[in-house]
Amino acid sequence: MNTILEVKNLVKSFPEVCAVQGVSFSIPRGICFGLLGPNGAGKTTTIEVIETILKHDSGEILYKGRPRGATFREEVGIQFQNTELPQYLTVRETLETFRNLYGRRGDIDELIEICQLEELLNRDNRKISGGQKQRLLLAMALANDPELVFLDEPTTGLDPQARRHLWDIVRNIKMKGKTLILTTHYMEEAQILCDRIAIMDYGKIIAEGTPQELLEQHCAGTIIHLDITPGKKIMEGFPWPWFQVNGTMEIHTDSVNRTIEELMRLDIDLSSMTIRSRNLEDLFLELTGHQLRT
Amino acid sequence: MIKRIWTLFVARNREFIRDRSAFGWNIAFPFLIVLGFGLMFSQDRQVLYKAGIVTAPAQQVQRSGGDNSLTKGPFAAEKFAQFKKTRYVEYITFPSQEHALKTLAHHRIDILINPAAGQYWINSSSPKGYIAERLLLAAGSNGGRGFTRQIVQGREIPYIEWLFPGVLGMNMMFSALFGVGYVVVRYRKNGVLKRMSVTPLRPWEFLTAQIISRMFLLLGTTAVVYIGCALIFGFQCRGSYGTLLFIFSLGGFSMISLGLLVASRSSSEEFAGGILNLITWPMMFLSEVWFSLEGAHPWVKKLSLIFPLTPMIDGARKVMNDGAGIYDLKYQIISLSVMSALFMIIGSFMFKWQKE
Repeated sequence: MNTILEVKNLVKSFPEVCAVQGVSFSIPRGICFGLLGPNGAGKTTTIEVIETILKHDSGEILYKGRPRGATFREEVGIQFQNTELPQYLTVRETLETFRNLYGRRGDIDELIEICQLEELLNRDNRKISGGQKQRLLLAMALANDPELVFLDEPTTGLDPQARRHLWDIVRNIKMKGKTLILTTHYMEEAQILCDRIAIMDYGKIIAEGTPQELLEQHCAGTIIHLDITPGKKIMEGFPWPWFQVNGTMEIHTDSVNRTIEELMRLDIDLSSMTIRSRNLEDLFLELTGHQLRT
Repeated sequence: MIKRIWTLFVARNREFIRDRSAFGWNIAFPFLIVLGFGLMFSQDRQVLYKAGIVTAPAQQVQRSGGDNSLTKGPFAAEKFAQFKKTRYVEYITFPSQEHALKTLAHHRIDILINPAAGQYWINSSSPKGYIAERLLLAAGSNGGRGFTRQIVQGREIPYIEWLFPGVLGMNMMFSALFGVGYVVVRYRKNGVLKRMSVTPLRPWEFLTAQIISRMFLLLGTTAVVYIGCALIFGFQCRGSYGTLLFIFSLGGFSMISLGLLVASRSSSEEFAGGILNLITWPMMFLSEVWFSLEGAHPWVKKLSLIFPLTPMIDGARKVMNDGAGIYDLKYQIISLSVMSALFMIIGSFMFKWQKE
């Protein structure tokens, strides 16, 4: 598979902290690559170094097999997390303004269609909702028909409906053969959109692979959840690891049937029991020891 | 390159024109100032006067045929001595009568007195001159005797015409400094600059677009105000409009450059606002917008030369009031050019797309 971006031993320090400590990964063309991690993990710094916003201390970044040259900015599209829009301009004017900053330009009607902006075109930027703003920012990131698109937490702060709406758009972009680098706090989002995932913490990548590979490697088994906290004495000698989480009990098991039998033998009330497979959220918790959070 | 600059030029103009409150204020403010001053002078509410005293012997002057052709000598000396006791009058000495008369014609002083010759001059269009004359005539116990009234030679400049270039200059100063400074700082603060920085747009293209846009809007609004005030107050420009446009353009460019310098790094509107106030307030008082610095301490006059507003207003007054040509404005042009180059070079060197 053809690699579009390769990062080797990237290091970036600030006066008080070494934010990125030898990060390496490569991204094949045409996939959605997810970079996950809590605040302070170094993912935004990593992305901003790749985007040429920050300068790195050491390491190498290769775009299409070569150091990023003058054409890099012409060929990538970027959506920042917290960008305001120019005031007093309409959605169409904003899109056209940013599109005209590039030498290579995407078809504006196609952009409008992909990002579903038809009904907003003549609306003032100040009068659009959060979800509509994210769609416009996404259209701006695609204004130059980029080969590589950076999306930094594109759905943060959106309601579930707007989030799913944006996921559909991102899936469409991916289907057009674009390569995407996505940072997110939402595991569900990463699981749905990303072909490969790298989890960062304390400036390092601590796990990388496809979502399925990561789950198989680190998260085999099932979680049984009970809204009770039986005493430690009752649970003494219980054969599977169990945890008290906010007044509830979580059991990590490799055999649901045998675990339930054992719980029944201990005469524990199972009326509040829920059973689920382990997911990326559990993986993250296990790897980093803390919750993925905004 | 041209397309990028043009795109940002158009976008910025749209923003400015659609921000109706700011746009309206840019037009209305100078009208209100000129109107306010017109009203004030019509009611003679000024309280502070400047009297020029000629120490040189009297020269041949044109008589006005006025009503005070009275005896000179001891009467004049007594009257002058009494007049000098008047409070709220500043006395400025002139060794040259010719220079003093020119100063009077430009409303830098309100009355000119030659005690030795028993003559005084006023600018008949000056409301303050009228009051100063009344004060002089009322001084002492010898009635109207002692001084001969003279009207300044040559063409008098109505006070409002002297004031007008100052008001226009001040409006341009606020529009250039706050219009550019605040906008760039706001763009940096809310991430618009950061977003632009990851496009092929170069810093100098962005800065050029901001300068051209603001110049266009600045000269456009100034032209509207000029025409409006000229129609209302009957102004006339004694020099060429081309020269006036040139000096306003150069002055505007210089102040836009200063605005860009202030906004080159900051992402705090409060900080930028403080710096801009720190710059604009001294300019407003020391660049002869409202009153002349004639008689001020020499260091105040020297200090006023470091502000771009001073040569711009000075130049505009020379064109509008005296009919000066480009060559007559050489000092103002050199001064504004040097300042512009300095502000632009430092501003470009310091410019940052993002918050620090």
